[in-house]
Amino acid sequence: MKYLDEFRNHDLAQKLLAEIRRTVTRPWVIMEVCGGQTHSIVKYGLDDLLPPEIELAHGPGCPVCVTALESIDRAHALARRQDAIFCSFGDMLRVPGSDGDLFQIKALGGDVRVVYSPLDCLKVARANPAKSVVFFAIGFETTAPANAMSVWQARAEGLANYSVLVSHVTVPPAMTAILESPGNRVRAFLGAGHVCAVMGWEEYEPLAARYGVPIVVTGFEPVDLLEGILMAVRQLESGRHEVENQYARAVVREGNPEARRMIAQVFEPCDRAWRGIGMIPGSGYRLREEFAAFDAERVFDLDGIVSHEPEACISGLVLQGARRPLDCPAFGTSCTPETPLGATMVSAEGACAAYYNYGRRR
Amino acid sequence: MCLAIPGKVAELYKAGSVSMARVDFGGIAREACMVYLPEARVGEYVLVHAGFAITKMDEEEARRTLADLQALDEISAET
Repeated sequence: MKYLDEFRNHDLAQKLLAEIRRTVTRPWVIMEVCGGQTHSIVKYGLDDLLPPEIELAHGPGCPVCVTALESIDRAHALARRQDAIFCSFGDMLRVPGSDGDLFQIKALGGDVRVVYSPLDCLKVARANPAKSVVFFAIGFETTAPANAMSVWQARAEGLANYSVLVSHVTVPPAMTAILESPGNRVRAFLGAGHVCAVMGWEEYEPLAARYGVPIVVTGFEPVDLLEGILMAVRQLESGRHEVENQYARAVVREGNPEARRMIAQVFEPCDRAWRGIGMIPGSGYRLREEFAAFDAERVFDLDGIVSHEPEACISGLVLQGARRPLDCPAFGTSCTPETPLGATMVSAEGACAAYYNYGRRR
Repeated sequence: MCLAIPGKVAELYKAGSVSMARVDFGGIAREACMVYLPEARVGEYVLVHAGFAITKMDEEEARRTLADLQALDEISAET
C-alpha cells in the first residue's frame, strides 16, 4: 500500500542501520513513547539489529494498558446494567478488571458492543431510545477528536440516551513524569507520530529545552523508526536537544487545528491515574461542565466500587521502561495473552504481548 | 491504539450535516468522517484513525524523505 510499503524497504533499513552504527560512540537509552511503535520495533526485530550501544526503552503509550483499574471496574459496572448498551473499542474487551473482563460480562448476557468509530455509538443510541448507550472513551490525543465529536454531535442532535465514560490520557505529562522519576535513564524520545498529527509538536519544545532531551516525532514503519533513532542519536552525539520531525509526510508543527479546536471545546485537562504508574498531574482529559449531561460518571452512580490489582504483575514498571517483560516471573507462565494478569499482556501494543507474540520467550 | 492507516479519498459526501468520505485502503473501502480535514479532495491520501481522517499525507514530503535516505551512504562515503 502506498505510504506503507516504501517505508518497509529492506535496503533503506540497512542504510539507516549502517549510518546509526557509524554515528554512535557510546551508550544511549532512547524511549519510543507509543505502543504502536513498540509493536513495530518488536515485530520487525529492530532492537536486535541496532548496535549494542543503543537501548530502546518501551514507553507508556498504550491507552489500553494505562487505563486505570478503577475506570475499567466502572466500565464493567455499566456493562452489567440491564438498561445499558456498553460500546467499546475492541481492544478493551479482554483487559482484566478486578472481577473478569468485558467478554465475560458479554457472555453472561451484558449488551457489550465493539465499535470501530465513536460515531457508530450514535447509531446505536438512535436505534435504541429505551436504552442508555455508554461509550468507553479512552485513548491519547489521537483518539480525542473522534471521541469529542461523538459528544458534540449527540448534543447537536439532542440524543439524551448517550453518555461517555472518559478515561483520556495525554502524552507530554507522562513524558515529564518519566523524566522526573528518580533513576530515569531515558536520554531521548521518539515522539508519537499520530498524537503529533493531531497536536503538532509545540508543546514538546519546552520539554526538550528544560530536560535537555532530543525529541524526534517519528512514524511507525521500520524505516521511520530507524530514521527517528538515527536523528535522535545524531542529536545525542552532538550535544543537541531539539524537537525534530521525522514523520514529515503526516505531521506539521501546528498539528490539525480543527481537531485541536474540537478537543478544547469538549474536554478540559485533569489529573489522571495511570494503571501501574499512579496519578500524573494534568495528564488526562475530562468533559467540560457544559457536557455534564453526557458524562457517564455523573449520569450513573458509580461510587462504592472497590478495585484490587493482581500482585504478581509488574506492568507498571514495564510501562515506565524501568523493567522489561522478560524480567517478570509471571511472563509466559501464569501470564499469557490468553490469561493476562495485566494490561501490558492484553493489548497487541503492550510490551509484554509484543514480546510474547513475536517469540521473545525465555 | 493510535494506529492510523493511509487511504485514498474515493468519494466525498454528507451524512446529514456531517462531512464524510469513502476511503480506499488498498482495495478495502471504509467510511471516514472528514470534519477535521475539510480541505481534503478526492484522490488525496489521508490518515484515518477511529473512523476519522486526522491528517493529509504529503506526497512531496514522503518523496523527499525517501530521496534523503537513498542518498545516505553516498553522503557518508564523501565525508
